[in-house]
Amino acid sequence: MSETGTLTKLCETADVSEDLPFRAEIDGFGYAIFQAGDQYYVTADLCSHGPGFLSDGFIEGCEVECPFHQGRFDVRTGQPTAPPCEVPIKVWTPVVSDEAIFIDISAGLS
Amino acid sequence: MQSDRETVVIVGAGQAGAWVAITLRSLDPERRIVLIGDEAHPPYERPPLSKAILAGKAGIESAYIKPETFYADNRIELMLNRRVRHINRDRNSLTLDDGSNLDYGTLVLATGCRPRPLPVKGADLPQVHTLRTIADVEKIATWLKPGSQVVAIGAGFIGLEFAAVAIEAGCGVTIVDAAPHAMGRVIDKSVAETIAAGHSARGVDFRFSAAIDKIEAEGEQAVVVLGSGERLPADLVIVGIGAIPNSDLAEAAHLACDDGIIVNAFGRTDDPKIFAVGDVTRHFNPLLGRSLRLESWQNAQNQGIAVAKAIAGTATPYADLPWFWSDQYDTNLQIIGAPTTWDRIIWRGERESGKFTAIYMHGEKVVAGNSMNNPRDIRFIKQLILNGTPVPDAALADPATSLAQLAKG
Repeated sequence: MSETGTLTKLCETADVSEDLPFRAEIDGFGYAIFQAGDQYYVTADLCSHGPGFLSDGFIEGCEVECPFHQGRFDVRTGQPTAPPCEVPIKVWTPVVSDEAIFIDISAGLS
Repeated sequence: MQSDRETVVIVGAGQAGAWVAITLRSLDPERRIVLIGDEAHPPYERPPLSKAILAGKAGIESAYIKPETFYADNRIELMLNRRVRHINRDRNSLTLDDGSNLDYGTLVLATGCRPRPLPVKGADLPQVHTLRTIADVEKIATWLKPGSQVVAIGAGFIGLEFAAVAIEAGCGVTIVDAAPHAMGRVIDKSVAETIAAGHSARGVDFRFSAAIDKIEAEGEQAVVVLGSGERLPADLVIVGIGAIPNSDLAEAAHLACDDGIIVNAFGRTDDPKIFAVGDVTRHFNPLLGRSLRLESWQNAQNQGIAVAKAIAGTATPYADLPWFWSDQYDTNLQIIGAPTTWDRIIWRGERESGKFTAIYMHGEKVVAGNSMNNPRDIRFIKQLILNGTPVPDAALADPATSLAQLAKG
């Protein structure tokens, strides 16, 4: 169980590139980690519309296109930006330290 | 008070009709919008019907495009269980099934398709069903239990997805198709054989190149009799041999039709007051360089959005590279592109592994792709198709070469 303020490691920064987002699973929950420019972003991996994994998706600017129905979300805010997606996804603010990416699991925003 | 000249009436409350209404409301808060459907449910997506909903893994409401209350909340007048008898173009009005008239300023035909009927004796037996509506699913689902014997006629999307659900429910399943392999119209034989092999390994029996002579009643069962004389007894028979456009209203109103209602890039028919959208339309696709009628989730949504924009005065031409998907067991198949011809297939990943992408080549160009449990590749193949630049086979075949990099050209 994670307490507020506890950081959990998701992956190494080398696991993620702009072309290839990364999926990390912690306690059965999937997180998608994205790189856009020199920034990293973390969202829930499961699309809020259907059974697509955003880590299998395509990143363009700060938007990820779900590979399932080609709906889109802003990875910074989790807000949907293209139909059929309408429900925001949860996002976390990543902490990069020692070439690894961490989040406070309890501090997800949606 | 708005005049009736401005009213938008949408005939057909499926996915395409719904997206016209939803998008138009977001662009034009004042317009009167009437959405007429002949089913009992508010607009829903059909793809889950032959997948999670048939399997009982998801409820019917999960397929609804918007919650039932959305329409009233957004002043979209949803008329369910209703049909339209005629379009009276000279008076800009419709005659409804109760004889009443409804005037339109703009009319949108989103009448979809109906299953192609099986032209043999016995196709009307009570054990024989199609799979297109929620009402169909409700009739079929009770038969999906251990020990039931089911026959699917047609090895296309519907037949294969139905078979996957039926096998997982413990039924004995036979699939019959007139063609020599599955998904004949859509994908290459080599990919189709890989998909069929996955079904065979789970116990599905195939009869390819098989004609159906008739269906006979025998006790509680129906017996599908093949041209070879073979008899396939079944508690349930599903017919999935394609669909035909519901263009009857349009044809009776003398709108231009040719296997579908002919529309331009904005969804407009040859009557400037009438649009058509979704499965029922035939349109020119500039990315493919040909006219086609698409029965797809993507087309229903995106052409619907384009038509709403045209009505609202913010016209944007509609052009998508066709994309389809299917889920069978734990396998996700995606298809990008709709070529009429290709000369070879390049395999990326091992066919036997169940995770691969088949890339369709014509000369040095990529023209389509099928991904099996590999959805990420589809976006890059789409880009390669749109780029139209020559790509070496060896680079495509090597999983160590990034498709993303190739797509950047």
